[in-house]
Amino acid sequence: MTSHVLVVGAAAAGLSTAEALRRKGYTGGLTLLGDEPHHPYDRPPLSKQVLSGAWEPERARLRDDGVLAALDARFVLGDPAVALDVANRAVTTASGLTLRADAVVLATGVRPRTLPDQAGLAGVHVLRTLDDALALRADLRPPARLVVVGDGVLGAEVAATARGLGVETALAGPQAAPLAAQLGPLASGLLADLHAGHGVRLRLGSAVLGLTSRDGRVTGVRLDAGDVLPADVVVVALGSIPNTDWLAGSGLELDNGVVCDARCRAAEGVYAVGDVARWHHEDLGVALRLENRTNATEQAGAVADNILGTDRAYVPVPYFWTDQFDARLQVHGVPSGADVSVVDGDVEARRFVARYERDGRVVGVLGWNMPKQTRQHRARLLAPIR
Amino acid sequence: MKVSVDEDRCCGAGSCVLAAPDVFDQRDEDGVVVLLAPEPAGHLHGAVREAADVCPAAAITLSGTA
Ligand SMILES: Cc1cc2nc3c(=O)[nH]c(=O)nc-3n(C[C@H](O)[C@H](O)[C@H](O)COP(=O)(O)OP(=O)(O)OC[C@H]3O[C@@H](n4cnc5c(N)ncnc54)[C@H](O)[C@@H]3O)c2cc1C
Ligand code: SF4
Repeated sequence: MTSHVLVVGAAAAGLSTAEALRRKGYTGGLTLLGDEPHHPYDRPPLSKQVLSGAWEPERARLRDDGVLAALDARFVLGDPAVALDVANRAVTTASGLTLRADAVVLATGVRPRTLPDQAGLAGVHVLRTLDDALALRADLRPPARLVVVGDGVLGAEVAATARGLGVETALAGPQAAPLAAQLGPLASGLLADLHAGHGVRLRLGSAVLGLTSRDGRVTGVRLDAGDVLPADVVVVALGSIPNTDWLAGSGLELDNGVVCDARCRAAEGVYAVGDVARWHHEDLGVALRLENRTNATEQAGAVADNILGTDRAYVPVPYFWTDQFDARLQVHGVPSGADVSVVDGDVEARRFVARYERDGRVVGVLGWNMPKQTRQHRARLLAPIR
Repeated sequence: MKVSVDEDRCCGAGSCVLAAPDVFDQRDEDGVVVLLAPEPAGHLHGAVREAADVCPAAAITLSGTA
C-alpha cells in the first residue's frame, strides 16, 4: 500500500502526477517539492503570450488557489532537492529537510544548454522560467537588435514573438530552415518563408561559435562562416540538459535523463515523469525522452496508474504544437526523415494536413492551421492512445 | 458540476475531445474548444475531470462538487 507520495519538481509533470493520483482515487499523503518560489505555472505561454506582454505573468499559473487547495497536497517551494536515498525513498533538500515516502516521483525537467562564453554577459538570455521570460521581455524594446541562437521550436517562437514587438530580429542556426530536422523540407521551408516574410533575418546553415562583447555586454554572435551578427540582445536556445545532477551518487541510471523501464520506473518505488524521464517505449522499441507539454500530462497518468498498482506501459503517440506568427502547427508522431504528402486542405492557403510515411508506414501527421482536422487524421492514421 | 472553458488559452490540442467526446468538440476553422455540455450528466464527470487535468493549456475549469 502506498500511503505517501513525494513528487520532486512542482511544475507541469509534477502537478499532473498529483492530480492524476487524486483523480484515480488516491487518498494518501502527497507532497510536492519545487526549487522555484512560484506556484506551478505553465511554460508554453512564456515564449508566446507572456513574452509578448499579452498576458500578465499570473495568467500562466496552471491552477488557482482553490483548485490547488482541493488537491490536499503539501507544497514545499523554493527549496531544491539535493540528494535521493533510493533504498529509503528519502529526499534531502538544500534547507536540510528530509522527506520520506513510499513512492518518489522525479519531475525535475530540464534546463537550457548555454554557450561557453555567455556566463555573466549582460544582454544574453535563456528562456525556461517565468523569471527568464520577464527578464527577456524587459530587454525586447526597439531599437534593440536581437539575435536568436538556435533554429529549433523555442528559437523560432522567440524570433516570431520578438518580431511581433517590432524588434529587429535575426535567427541563426546550423539547419537549412527552422525545425528542418523535426519537420522535413516542406513544413520547415514554409516556416522559413513565414519568418522571412515577417522580416526575421535568417542566418541559417552556419554554426554559432560564440559571442562578442564589450565592457561586459554582448555586442554580437560569431558564426563559423567567419562573420559576426551585431546584437544588443541574444537569446540562446540550443536545446536542454536534464536536471539530474542532484541524483548523481543515488545509484539510479542517468543517461540523458533518468533511465526508466516501460512503466516509467527507475527503481523500486521511484518513477520519473516529464522532460527528465527517459523511458522504454515498448511499441517503438526505443528509449525516448520527450520535451513537450502533452507528454508531461499523459506520462503523469501512466505513472499514477503504476504507483497505484495498475501495471501500465507508457506508449504514447508523441505530440507537440507551436504557434509562430499566424501559423498554428500541430505535430503528431515522429515525422523526421519521412516522405510527406498533403492529405487535407491546401498548402497555398496555408491551411493543410500532411502525412509522413517511412517504409510504407505512417509515422507522423502535421497540421498547419487545421487543428481539429489534424486530430481526426491522427486518429485514423496513427496508433490510438492506449 | 459546471464546466467552463477559456478560449484564449486553448491551443487546439484536442486532448479534451479524446478524453470526453460527449462534452468537448473543436471548432472546424481554428480548432478552439467548443463546450457541448456546460453541465454534463453524472456518468460523464470522470471523463470531464480527466479532460480538465490533461488539457495542456489549463483552459478547462470545473466548479461544483457533484
Ligand atoms: C518557453 C517554452 C515554450 C514551450 N512551448 C511549448 C509548446 O508550445 N508546446 C509544447 O508541447 N511544449 C512546449 N514547451 C515544453 C513544455 O513546457 C515542457 O515539456 C514541460 O514544461 C515539461 O514539464 P516538466 O514538469 O517535465 O518540466 P519543467 O516544466 O521543466 O518543470 C520541472 C520543475 O522542476 C524544478 N526542479 C528542477 N530541479 C529541481 C530540484 N533539484 N529540486 C526541486 N525542483 C527542481 C524546476 O525548477 C521546474 O520547476 C515549452 C517549453 C518552454 C521552456
Ligand atoms: S485540451 Fe485544452 S487546449 Fe486542447 S482543445 Fe481542449 S481545451 Fe483546447
